[in-house]
Amino acid sequence: MATQTTVVGGRVARPRAGASLWADAWSRLRKNRLAILGLILVILLLLAGAFGPIIAPYPYQVQDLVAVRANHNQPIGPFVGPHALGTDQLGRDLLSRLLDGARISVTVAFVVQAVILTIGVPVGAIAGWFGGRIDNLLMRITDVIYAFPDLLFIILLSVAFRETAFGQALDGLLLVFVAIGLVSWVTVARLVRGQLLALKETEFVEAARAIGVSDRKIVTRHLLPNGIGPIIVAVTLGIPGAILAESTLAYIGIGVQPPRASWGTLIYEGQKFIRAQPHLTLFPAICIAIALISFTFLGDGLRDALDPKLKGKQ
Amino acid sequence: MITYLARRILWIIPVLFTVSIITFFLMHAVPGGPWDRDKRLPQAVQARLNAQYGLDQPLPVQYVQWAGKFVTGDFGPSYRFQDRRVNDIVADGLGTTVQLGVMAFILAVLVGIPLGVIAALGHNRWPDYLSTAISIIGICTPSFVLAILLIVVFSVQLGWFPTGQWKGPNYWVLPTVALAGFPIAVIARYTRASMLEVTRKDYIRTAQSKGLRDQSVVSRHMIRNALIPVVTILGPTLAFLVTGSFVIERFFSIPGVGQFYLTSISTRDYSLLMAMTMLYAFSVAFLNVVVDILYAYIDPRIRYS
Repeated sequence: MATQTTVVGGRVARPRAGASLWADAWSRLRKNRLAILGLILVILLLLAGAFGPIIAPYPYQVQDLVAVRANHNQPIGPFVGPHALGTDQLGRDLLSRLLDGARISVTVAFVVQAVILTIGVPVGAIAGWFGGRIDNLLMRITDVIYAFPDLLFIILLSVAFRETAFGQALDGLLLVFVAIGLVSWVTVARLVRGQLLALKETEFVEAARAIGVSDRKIVTRHLLPNGIGPIIVAVTLGIPGAILAESTLAYIGIGVQPPRASWGTLIYEGQKFIRAQPHLTLFPAICIAIALISFTFLGDGLRDALDPKLKGKQ
Repeated sequence: MITYLARRILWIIPVLFTVSIITFFLMHAVPGGPWDRDKRLPQAVQARLNAQYGLDQPLPVQYVQWAGKFVTGDFGPSYRFQDRRVNDIVADGLGTTVQLGVMAFILAVLVGIPLGVIAALGHNRWPDYLSTAISIIGICTPSFVLAILLIVVFSVQLGWFPTGQWKGPNYWVLPTVALAGFPIAVIARYTRASMLEVTRKDYIRTAQSKGLRDQSVVSRHMIRNALIPVVTILGPTLAFLVTGSFVIERFFSIPGVGQFYLTSISTRDYSLLMAMTMLYAFSVAFLNVVVDILYAYIDPRIRYS
């Protein structure tokens, strides 16, 4: 951990320690081939999410009725004709729908983590810093949330607010994102708490305290920057979980509303044609797998890079 | 130890209480009610039904009534299956769900731990890569996708295992494998990391240098120590198996209680939904206590106070 924080007249400067920490981490990350593969896949996924609708050959909801009718109202197979990955039974281009699904998954990845961070970091920081009663309260809340069936909570929340303006936002997705975030923030809160508890006892914090730096400044300037590595790792490794949760919900019919379709919806719809047209199930399943693998590889790599002591641990 | 145990077990009560309150009020915030049908029931009939089931009372009163019955072990009548009590529905399906969960858990442990051990012993050689590949595929395949693949390959193409019922061991195989896929991967990853960590310890070098056979170093010193941290993830794994069974049971049409979990929400079957939630919350809280105790039991260095 970087402990070379210099305090000059109440102003905090730690350029050298900070820079070398990140440069160090980057050089370690670069050597990890799987992590770089993950990073490349994550970037591709982000690009697909950002520019998907532009590069998609068709809008995701447009039906090619002529082609489907010529095909006896059956889904069209992949790699033939103008639809690169075929169409569903309504003539909607699968590639375009997958690209729209990528946008949904990328949004899940970031909105859910943003919800988790905005709740988890302050709560964890407060609990870790003040300790005692407040800390106890956090631990008790954690117990309740862990015992809460998260799937049930997400479903209830989505059904209860479906008709409100909030429930309609982003085609019904915002509600699902917030619901997933609400059940997942405790992990980050506990992590931040643990980090703070450990860092609180270090000499540089004691020094800052001794010269009268305010609590708030110590937390934001000293503790959070030093404990940020594990938080980044937890966020990266939390993304696959969120993407998985969203697709599972979509699979059982909760979340995004038609005609938009998440990868989970596509799998559900394709399942009816699993024998004749397995590609309708297979391609979205491959997309989910790639998204999960990429963030898992990157997260594992970041963990090894940011904290060499933990190398190899789960 | 006894005080710690008592405190942990007693703490389950307020947890269940909080979970029940949140679920109860959230559930009633959902629009619609248990009497919604495709054909609307007349207003008068709905009012009579509400009065009979106590749904015309204010919510806090309803909650107290429900809680009063619940602590005596009465889960109330089902609103959707009107001739049945929730106790009977749960009693009918619980055995199947527990059986599925236990089978998947045993499979996950029996496959996951050896997979991790083999990977660590063949570190950076082909057994490691093979095992890592298997666990990455396991982590990255949602259980419903795994279920689809298993059915297509082993049921439709090869015809080895029938599905759609729960009549005998033949029918048990695919759901169990589908449910165990993710836990296998997680356990294998943990075991591998923990084994690699142990390999570097001084006591392993001591054991090797005093001339013990490799076999006994691995089995008596490495595996036994490496498995201690693995026990900590068994709690979350069990919780996953409980939730995971909701989707899997629906998928394979298994007559367990998991299927009611999703249907009770869509049919607003309040009493059934409450019973399912409490069942889930209790199992997770209780299993976590069990895992913590197990942890202290197998690792003499840990003492709770």
